[in-house]
Amino acid sequence: MSRVAVLKGGSSLERQVSLRSGARVEDALERLGHDVVPIDVGADLVTRLEDTAPDVAFVALHGRDGEDGTVQELLAILGLPYTGSGVLACIRCMDKVLTKHLLLDAGIPTPEFFAFNETAFRELGAAKALPAIEERLEWPVVVKPAGQGSALGIKFARSAGDVPAALIAAFSYDDKVMLERYVKGRDLAVSVLDGADGPLALPVVEAVPREEDFYDFEARYEIGRTEFVTPANLPDEVTAEAQRLAVAVYELLGCYGVARVDLMLDDSSGELFVLEANAIPGLTETSLLPQAADAAGIGFDELTGRIVELAFARSASATSA
Amino acid sequence: MTIDDHHVPSTGGGSESPAGRMREPRSTSRDLERYAGLFASRTRTMRSSAMRDLMAVIARPEVISLAGGLPDTSSFPPETLAAVTSRLASEDSARALQYGPTEGLPETKRCIAEVMAAEGMRADPEDIIVTAGGQQVIDLVTKTLIDPGDVVIAEAPTYPGAVPVFSSYQADVVQIEMDSDGMRIDLLEETLDRLARDGRTPKFIYTVPTFQNPAGVTMSPPRRRRLVEVAHERELLVLEDNPYGLLRYEGTSDSTLRALDGGVFVMYLGTFSKILSPGIRLGWVVAPPPVLEKINLGKQAADLCTSTMSQLLVHFYFEQGDWRDYVDSLTEIYRARRDTMLDALAEWFPREAEWTRPAGGLFIWVTLPDFIDTTDLLARALRDNVAFVPGSAAYFDGRGHNSMRLNFSGSNEDAIREGIRRIGKVVEEQVALYGTLTGGRPAVVPRAAASAPLPEQPESPGGQVVPLPQRASREGRAKRRS
Repeated sequence: MSRVAVLKGGSSLERQVSLRSGARVEDALERLGHDVVPIDVGADLVTRLEDTAPDVAFVALHGRDGEDGTVQELLAILGLPYTGSGVLACIRCMDKVLTKHLLLDAGIPTPEFFAFNETAFRELGAAKALPAIEERLEWPVVVKPAGQGSALGIKFARSAGDVPAALIAAFSYDDKVMLERYVKGRDLAVSVLDGADGPLALPVVEAVPREEDFYDFEARYEIGRTEFVTPANLPDEVTAEAQRLAVAVYELLGCYGVARVDLMLDDSSGELFVLEANAIPGLTETSLLPQAADAAGIGFDELTGRIVELAFARSASATSA
Repeated sequence: MTIDDHHVPSTGGGSESPAGRMREPRSTSRDLERYAGLFASRTRTMRSSAMRDLMAVIARPEVISLAGGLPDTSSFPPETLAAVTSRLASEDSARALQYGPTEGLPETKRCIAEVMAAEGMRADPEDIIVTAGGQQVIDLVTKTLIDPGDVVIAEAPTYPGAVPVFSSYQADVVQIEMDSDGMRIDLLEETLDRLARDGRTPKFIYTVPTFQNPAGVTMSPPRRRRLVEVAHERELLVLEDNPYGLLRYEGTSDSTLRALDGGVFVMYLGTFSKILSPGIRLGWVVAPPPVLEKINLGKQAADLCTSTMSQLLVHFYFEQGDWRDYVDSLTEIYRARRDTMLDALAEWFPREAEWTRPAGGLFIWVTLPDFIDTTDLLARALRDNVAFVPGSAAYFDGRGHNSMRLNFSGSNEDAIREGIRRIGKVVEEQVALYGTLTGGRPAVVPRAAASAPLPEQPESPGGQVVPLPQRASREGRAKRRS
């Protein structure tokens, strides 16, 4: 039995999801016999950790601070083992633009994109470059903030006229945004879990919207409005390729413990494209990682337990090295 | 949507000990599908939204929330509450702890009659049902009148809390635009004609004619008279929702629709939430007897009766002194807060913004340039720890994306000034950025063009977004810009 601090909540826009992930993890940890210390992350985080002296921190935070390496850096300074990826992998995953550059370099397919930060527009006249970009990407274009994990701030621009407002929306979340070629196709997610023989891709989950509205991101992860098919009904070779890509992305970004890689299967070309990787996948009832693990015969408690063990294992190997 | 319109920050929610709430791990992906298969079809129209997820952030203590609709209960004298509850306990304990009649206690109905008299209405106790807040009235009336697909007419924008009610009964809501004189009755009539041509008759018209939530405007007396005439001519029911009528900061009061109609087609919704306390959950409905009878059956099914404890609390509160004194004190507080917010808007919001100037109630409605989406703006504003309600929460079809509702009753004047300053700064940044993106000064879309229905919307149901005219003074801004 260990004392496990579950870090959840915080002030990120994904606070709600994080609270739900955290509550579910707490239940699982208690069933596994651990002593659980729930911590809603705020200004007193370090004090709380010092007062409660946990053996390990379970990071159930999503979005800013929790998923971008900030909290991980702090836990490393405190010498406290923690679950999931380290600082560098978190930084690489949280910044979708950085992720995509790394993918390109490694030859992993990702939709064509152009990224800007706000200074480019404010100080370098980047607006003049927009028509050239629009020519190269074809409509519609997806406009995304670089560092927002949920559907918030993602807009479709159907024509050049939509772009400025879409950019304003995206800049509400981050000072770096991107315009990405829209891949029309099937929405796939592959979770990767570390095991004795290295990272293992779990069964592919497909999110199938019940209503034919591809532009409604909010509907995507809501029970009743999106149907999750696990394992996704795909030809074997496509499943294998999606899983291979996911593990490649996981290793490329230096993820540890667990991560989820989101892909699109292009309807017209049949090609797979990697959109992004999530260093801390959701653990709520509707989240994709638990569904994938379940389909692989790994129940939620076992999944939670394994993520904690991996945190100890990393800490042990770091100490012995 | 689901905006929790009256969201109150929860206390200590995040860090309670999980002991005692251990559950079996059940929700596997198979279960998810199993649950999904069991949901009623109406749950599909009960939409969640990005906004709901943001509520958890808004509830954090460091956030200045101009989002809720909270009255300032901190101004209620605790000694009065102590005296009232003490009398309630010593004089009527057994009854307070017991069930009561579905329609409510006679003592409470007498209090209600007093409040209605203060607004120029006479109500027979037999025509009143006491409810769990005004919200239950909206629910019960909709439950009584609406089959899936039936038409309800509402204002554009409408009370955000009514949106999930109408949605859950699968009503087809047609929203009629407003201007500074409230609902455009001419457009209402056009819409009724159009619906009639399609063989459709709305079941009822839902309106907040006085200090409307969220727009802050008040229906003019001629429009009130015309609306009542229209209801009589076409034999349509009207649900008059009047939570704020007594919270007037200037001018004189207009006749309620109910007073004009005499109780033939107008159903009246009242509440103690804004004149005493929303925590006691006490509202009421007055309706024509045949309708009331069905509402009564619905109420029985929903909760048997309204809290007897709350009802007797109101009774003893009305006995111990003049209930109007507290309303007067609230009016003083809110008037100052409204003025503070209007001044702050004039000082900090860019000139591309417009807003309403309410003569009472709790809300100001702000319309921004078309290129700003207020849900995204809210996410940005939350980084600066300030919140508001995005306008789309007041529509059924995604309109209102560039509007926001601001509440001035729930925050003190310093917080209002600071909150408006922060929002104004973000709006100004976005306006400037848009200018950069489009080259030069922001090409602010003319109001008429901005409000045209979007091409991908299959049909524009009656109303369009026509922002309410700005009445704020320009001088305030000139000051700052010079």
